Amino acid sequence: MKLTDIVARCEHLFEDLDFNAVKEWKAAQPGRMAIGYMPIYVPREIIHAAGMLPVGIYGGGDQIEVIQGDAYYQSYICRIPRSTVELGLTGRLDCLDGMLFPSICDVIRNLSGMWQLMFKDKYVHYVDVPQNYDDSIGGEFYAHEMQQVREDLAKLRGKPITDDELRAAIAVYNDNRAAIAELYAYRAQAPWQAPTSEVYLVLRAGLVLPPEAHTQLVRDYLAAVKAEQRPKKDNARVVLTGAFCEQPPLSLIKSIEMAGCYVVDDDFVLVSRWLREPVPTDGDPLTALSKAFLHHSVQSSPKYDERREDKGKFLLHQVKTRGAEGVIFAAPSFCDPALLERPMLQEVLAKHKVPYTAFKYAENTGQMAPIREQAGTFADSIKLWSAA
Amino acid sequence: MRCFIGIDLGSTTTKSVVIDEERNILGRGITNSRSNYDTAANIAKQEALVNARFHLFRGALKKSGALNGGLDEFVGQLERDFRLEQFTEQLADLEAVCGRNVDGGKFGDFAKPVVAALEETFRRLKLEAPELFAPGAKRKSDFFRDIAGSRYLAIGEEVAKAAELRYDFLLNIFDRSIIEVENREYGDSISKNLLAALDRTFRVLPEAAKRGEAIRAPIQGVLETALEESYVIGTGYGRARLPFSKEHVRSEILCHGLGAHVMYPHTATVLDIGGQDTKAIQVDRQGIVESFQMNDRCAAGCGRYLGYIADEMNMGLHELGPLAMKATKTVRINSTCTVFAGAELRDRLSLGEKREDIMAGLHRAIILRAMSILARSGGIRNEFTFTGGVAKNEAAVKALRDLIFENYGEMTINIDPDSIFTGALGGATFAWRAVVEEGKLAEARV
Amino acid sequence: MATIQMPQSQKKPATVQKEDAMLLQKEMINRNYHELATAHETGRKVSATFVPGNLNELLMCFDFARSLPETNALQNGMRKKSGKMIMDAERDGHSEDVCTYVKADLGMMLQGEVGPTGEKLPRPDVLLLSYTGCFTFMKWFELVRQKYDCETVMLHVPYQGDGHISPNMREYVVKQLKEKVIPTLERVSGVKFDIDRLRQYMRESTKAEEDLVAVLHSAKNRPSPIDGYFGGVYYIGPIFTAFRGAPEATEYYRVLRAEIEERVRAKKGPVTPEGELEDEKYRLVVEGPPNWTHFRDFWKMFYEEGAVVVASTYSKVGGVYDFGFRHDPDHPLESLAEYCLGCYTNLNFPQRIDMICRYLDEYQADGLLINSIKSCNSFSAGQLLMLREVEKRTGKPAAFIESDLVDPRYFSAANIKNRLESYFQMIKQKRAAAGAAVH
Repeated sequence: MKLTDIVARCEHLFEDLDFNAVKEWKAAQPGRMAIGYMPIYVPREIIHAAGMLPVGIYGGGDQIEVIQGDAYYQSYICRIPRSTVELGLTGRLDCLDGMLFPSICDVIRNLSGMWQLMFKDKYVHYVDVPQNYDDSIGGEFYAHEMQQVREDLAKLRGKPITDDELRAAIAVYNDNRAAIAELYAYRAQAPWQAPTSEVYLVLRAGLVLPPEAHTQLVRDYLAAVKAEQRPKKDNARVVLTGAFCEQPPLSLIKSIEMAGCYVVDDDFVLVSRWLREPVPTDGDPLTALSKAFLHHSVQSSPKYDERREDKGKFLLHQVKTRGAEGVIFAAPSFCDPALLERPMLQEVLAKHKVPYTAFKYAENTGQMAPIREQAGTFADSIKLWSAA
Repeated sequence: MRCFIGIDLGSTTTKSVVIDEERNILGRGITNSRSNYDTAANIAKQEALVNARFHLFRGALKKSGALNGGLDEFVGQLERDFRLEQFTEQLADLEAVCGRNVDGGKFGDFAKPVVAALEETFRRLKLEAPELFAPGAKRKSDFFRDIAGSRYLAIGEEVAKAAELRYDFLLNIFDRSIIEVENREYGDSISKNLLAALDRTFRVLPEAAKRGEAIRAPIQGVLETALEESYVIGTGYGRARLPFSKEHVRSEILCHGLGAHVMYPHTATVLDIGGQDTKAIQVDRQGIVESFQMNDRCAAGCGRYLGYIADEMNMGLHELGPLAMKATKTVRINSTCTVFAGAELRDRLSLGEKREDIMAGLHRAIILRAMSILARSGGIRNEFTFTGGVAKNEAAVKALRDLIFENYGEMTINIDPDSIFTGALGGATFAWRAVVEEGKLAEARV
Repeated sequence: MATIQMPQSQKKPATVQKEDAMLLQKEMINRNYHELATAHETGRKVSATFVPGNLNELLMCFDFARSLPETNALQNGMRKKSGKMIMDAERDGHSEDVCTYVKADLGMMLQGEVGPTGEKLPRPDVLLLSYTGCFTFMKWFELVRQKYDCETVMLHVPYQGDGHISPNMREYVVKQLKEKVIPTLERVSGVKFDIDRLRQYMRESTKAEEDLVAVLHSAKNRPSPIDGYFGGVYYIGPIFTAFRGAPEATEYYRVLRAEIEERVRAKKGPVTPEGELEDEKYRLVVEGPPNWTHFRDFWKMFYEEGAVVVASTYSKVGGVYDFGFRHDPDHPLESLAEYCLGCYTNLNFPQRIDMICRYLDEYQADGLLINSIKSCNSFSAGQLLMLREVEKRTGKPAAFIESDLVDPRYFSAANIKNRLESYFQMIKQKRAAAGAAVH
């Protein structure tokens, strides 16, 4: 497949707020079901094991006019719940048979209950994850939580979900994670070849495609992009962090790149990279998923850091392993987890002499000039700093 | 006759409406709110009562058939003449106050030339006054402060120049005097001014003068009918400062809801977009408020947003709508944030979008906010009544019509050119209800 | 959260209601701040924890002097000190978007850790992070830990997403208590855990809880002898903070209940800072925390209009007792788990709405008022749906105002007053219309 075609397809999937890809997938075989989920992380393996399509709902972007959604939220609340409610109330999510709301913050948590009231005929569930990382405590609690989801979905489809189905799903997602890890490694190595504005779109496609198809897409993109020769620029290498829930508009990602920054790691669409190691496909599958969460998941502000010295470890790891020269804190306005975490991470970076800059956005931010300005200045200062 | 009065004390203007026992609107009055709410309320009320007299004149003259055919011309002339009489009286007052204020002005040796300059300024002001009230004359404002102020400044500058006197001397005196004059009430001289105006009118319209007695009689009749202030209700943002007891004060939400109901009895949903806030109100079949929502802390979606954009574009507020009407497409503006909208606007301009298309987008953005506040209050139900300053902006109205159609389908949308009096009308109706329906004692407050 | 001193009357009412309970509470609070100030001198360890899901009985088992940062922040708010603290924290890099309790707390540290009473607050020896019903708690103590480097122990209380407490949730909390919380508290304090001591404190808690519920229920009377929001925050003070399980709290609630029952007998209205409210005109249910920086002005807007809050959700943040839950000395750890899991902000939206509808009915209220707090997404996100849903279910009018906990920049008196007046008049008008329809 040609690179331009792949990117065009991803862009089309990204822009389609009517979720036609989901509708087509469902229509291909009668009785198919789709389950939506919000950021930051849900064990999609269980949905897949049930033969259902997991669909990532990451807000409405900058192309949706929000009327109903705004009616439910005060001005000091971020935008993602507004546009998500708008999507729901305008019938665009009717193709979903259920919605999962993960533990990420109070706003999304409360949205789970609002959804129960607004969409009474749909399956709605809040997925709690442990903030205690002992196998016998948090591990067991989480395995039980997942068992609950497993039973709920089994009821929905009318037959139990077997361990083998779960193991098979784990293998499918292991493969997907491996492909994405490869893509991320390649981008860090040659960011001019695989710009983030494209990588991001490829990643987003994974929210609406079946994982097998998405894995193939990622590999196709990687193959196609490797075959290209794209000009290399003298850009600063940065890690972008804080954008794990409400996503910045694509134009913002482009603006950062145009301003002279190569994004060599990020926390966009973290669900697809949450687990950092392959999940074992033998033994009890829920225990395997639980252990993977406890011991091999990324650090992100919705998760508790047990020890003070753990703070910022993952971010530093990203900076070091990706050869980044600085960090951009890009957080959605009114995002409690990202904004409360930020001063702690900044302190850690300062201690390690990693330069950083910070700004806020909304998924429909319309003015790019200040962001271009800031990212450009940051890139210039990094270059001056490294030249000195 | 028994009159029921509503006074709406807004942040910039104070409005008053007088209704009769049959709930007919007799008169409307408006004045600038000034620093003194008390006076503003009194003056607005007097204006409304004067307006009511003219309404009654018209009715009485029509009934008498004394003018048949020339009624509109006559009443129009009479009203202008009356305004001129009022203006002249206030001008004389201003002159006297200015004269007194020369003493305290510490002008020293310049006191004499200042007095002379004042005399000359007022001589010219009086001379040109009739022109200001001639048929077809355009005045930017009907408030004494504005009319007298702008002319005083213009003439004063010429006079000062000619006399080689410092212009700021005259400015200083004006500033110290206008507040005193503005806060004076001329309630007692209304009859006197009316009769004087009638003489003037007869001089201008000799045909009418020939039927002098036939015309005078019904007017005299109206003048002799006391307009009894049976009950007054105050409302609006400044209502807490009105010297009324709680019984006589209603929130502007309630008055607005009721006022809209009176203007359009089938009103179910009311939207009011003013300078400072946006209100969405649901009323029942009796005009009783069922629920309401106002914009939150954020000023997005208020008239102020348009004011900010006008400043940003270096345009007059009233020019925005017409510009937006020229749009061939609507540019999407995402920031309803008043502060960010400016940045987004500059971004769009730098991308080469046309001003009119951006303007159309901005009008849509402000109305989108209003749509959310409406949704918050329970949505839009038929019929829908739109009031407030922004209801005069054709581009905003167009955006509203589009969005209502897109989201709620076909609706009856009512917009009254006098919608600025909605709150006062609601107040007057509450006053009527208090006496006629609840049997409250007739009591004049102001 | 709620241990505040009753404001002094501006104009003394003709007959001053001497409330013994009020004096008792004042003494308790002052003593606690003093204990905190002198803890390290006297060899005591200091704990800090949050109001929702606070494990006071357990902390007492280890002889901790007990600090509650939310309470410190609100006390500073009432004393008009929070504004500067918040701005200091913002200058130090904290976003203007986030919770002002956190910023007031961090700002207080920047100013040298002087507590609300003027005495220095000690560095906590342990942060008991009872992560109950509020995401911000987790980041708050991480931030404090970052600064103080003190021992932190997490108690993760899962959310009632499906509207009930499952055995898995209860077990998870109990396990954390047994295997994490208690061992850490033992290690930090050097005191061995004695479950009988815990049972003894819990017996005290139960008595106090019984009396508190009687006080809250008294608002079902007409006139209501209490204000369940502005007065309520005083009544919940001891039990939501460092005193639940302590005999002095039990005594406080015994005295308080007797006082209130006397008011019921005498058919008296609630006591306000300007004396007794004589004419109860409106009965309201209020959702959301109060504003602390303008607490008195805010309250005045109600009592001036004859509005009494008969029930509030805020008076349930540190524990929902009025539907039957009591600490159970026979199952101490399980009941601590149930207590945490059942706190108001740990309930899901349908549960919260059910509770409000129930209050509107049982307390014969005229309507619901939501005070939406900028800082507190746990409370605020979704309140506009709550408003619509409650109106729909009960047919009673609801209104919406906005303010903040301790950020004085977010209190617009004119705005709030305007909305409240409109709301009260709307109730009055509806009542008149309903009355007219009956005749």
